Amino acid sequence: MTKRLPIFLAVLFVFFSSLSFYGAAQAALTIEIVGGAAQQIPIAIVPFAQASNQSENIASIIGADLRRSGLFRVLETSGIVNQPHDVAEVKYPEWASLQAQALTIGKIEALPGNRLKVSFRLLDVVKQAALTGLEFNITPAQLRTTAHRIADIIYQQLTGEAGVFATRITYITKSGNRYSLQVADADGANPQTVLSSNEPIISPSWAPDGTRLAYVSFEKKKPVIYVQSLTSGQRYVLANFKGNNSAPSWSPDGKRLAIVLTHGANSQVYLINADGTELQQLTHSSAIDTEPVWSPDGKWIYFTSDRGGSAQIYRMSTLGGDAQRVTFEGSYNVSPRFSPDGKSLAFIRRDEGKFRVALQELATGQMQVLSDTVRDESPSFAPNGRLIMYATSVNGHGVLAAVSADGRVKQRLSEAGGDVREPAWGPFGN
Amino acid sequence: MNKHLIVGILLAISLAACSSKPVKEAPKPAVEDKSPKTTQTAPPKAPGPAAPESATTKPMTESTITVNPLKDPNNILSQRSVFFDYDKDEVKPEYRPLVEAHAKYLLAHPDAKVFLQGNTDERGTREYNLALGQRRSVAVKKVMNLLGVQDKQIETVSYGEEKANANCRDEACWKENRHADIVYQGE
Repeated sequence: MTKRLPIFLAVLFVFFSSLSFYGAAQAALTIEIVGGAAQQIPIAIVPFAQASNQSENIASIIGADLRRSGLFRVLETSGIVNQPHDVAEVKYPEWASLQAQALTIGKIEALPGNRLKVSFRLLDVVKQAALTGLEFNITPAQLRTTAHRIADIIYQQLTGEAGVFATRITYITKSGNRYSLQVADADGANPQTVLSSNEPIISPSWAPDGTRLAYVSFEKKKPVIYVQSLTSGQRYVLANFKGNNSAPSWSPDGKRLAIVLTHGANSQVYLINADGTELQQLTHSSAIDTEPVWSPDGKWIYFTSDRGGSAQIYRMSTLGGDAQRVTFEGSYNVSPRFSPDGKSLAFIRRDEGKFRVALQELATGQMQVLSDTVRDESPSFAPNGRLIMYATSVNGHGVLAAVSADGRVKQRLSEAGGDVREPAWGPFGN
Repeated sequence: MNKHLIVGILLAISLAACSSKPVKEAPKPAVEDKSPKTTQTAPPKAPGPAAPESATTKPMTESTITVNPLKDPNNILSQRSVFFDYDKDEVKPEYRPLVEAHAKYLLAHPDAKVFLQGNTDERGTREYNLALGQRRSVAVKKVMNLLGVQDKQIETVSYGEEKANANCRDEACWKENRHADIVYQGE
């Protein structure tokens, strides 16, 4: 795409009516988008030709995904009389008159054995040429995931970055005195409860392969770390030592975790194999050392410590040695999280009593506050690095929010009737 | 030991009060009364209200024995929370008697075990608050250690901000959330 139309910083409020279909099983998150990129790509998505009685048209799911990224303006197509489903049916001047730069068409056809063939084409309206397209042979239950995959392909083709629409997120809900660990699609749809408890659950962490979660549960009246398979639902105790067991974080190869233990004293960082063997103490301070995360190259543990008198982020080699301070501005910088490319660090910064998401470029040390909320916690990067999801509080109500790494696009995800907290964005699918 | 004597004396007094009862009932409660070791923790005031309750000695004996000092609102051992200043883990002087009383109880009951549970207000991140709460439980443990309590009777843990009232907007509310609690095993 060569020319992009300048768009005002549009304020969009998008409520996903489709989410109500999933509400019967579990209350789903409602997503609200505020802001957008300075320049958005105008795209038209023609409703797909349907094979039978699908409950919703996947064009609306694709459109909602692209709109939520803040990088696209999804155009209303109903004014165009000819709604094409094949390339031969496309009359480009009609779409050019809508000022569309890109056009998506597609269809769903029934196959024997209760399967479906989903095909789509992405067209460049300006050049009047096909950009990409694909066919999927799926079961009806895979329609929604297929819509997210198509949105990912469109996103990648037009922005040059990988899309995250087919990924999953995890978070904790608290409703009354009931805590639930949930896993949902990145758009908040299809939430599944993987653990519920009358005692707190905190700090969920995705294994790099996306098949397991480590988390901290207080069901034994103290913090204990578990690892749970999302495919089988089976779980095991990773760490239940005397005192606290908390803050699990997976190594990039998924073989080890950094955890925090107390053993009757202050919190210190340890390393442990994913099967619970070979426990090894990494930090040895009389201060608080907690919230460890691995650098993407696997060589460093970044962690929060108050060894210098205030809570700051430090790093230490996974082989041990001296700790080096990483954050210097202000008196409270905690909860470090690496961008997927390893070049920057998101964290929570307290400034004049306000807790906000900040981003620091590691090479230059340059720091930028991204969020305009004031009770922020638990930042988590989307696997493409474009968005940072976090927990915050609005009117005493726990909600999730997301902000783009450039600070321009903001989303809010809330659940009716409950608090939502502790988000963690899962890895790219397999 | 002298508590046994007191109980015995009280029994004798109440027996004397039950003027017209047959004398042969007397030895039975007196014998029972010697065996339970828990009598030593009975507070002095308990026999008062119990005495008029019955014409026989048996109910009074039971109520005297079963009062748990850890639950007795008139006993300092029923106080379980040490409160802290913002971002601080110092055990303030006004909480010394409370911690000392529990230390003495633990020394007198080597089989008793306590969880010291640290708590913070909800400001800040959950894991960092978990670590701050832990520091508070450790601060209480150190006081107990200095009084001679062994680590094997104590487990320090933290709930961080998980039990805090999340709707606080001022210090009067926040300060109620910053405490370390003494919880005996089995409670």
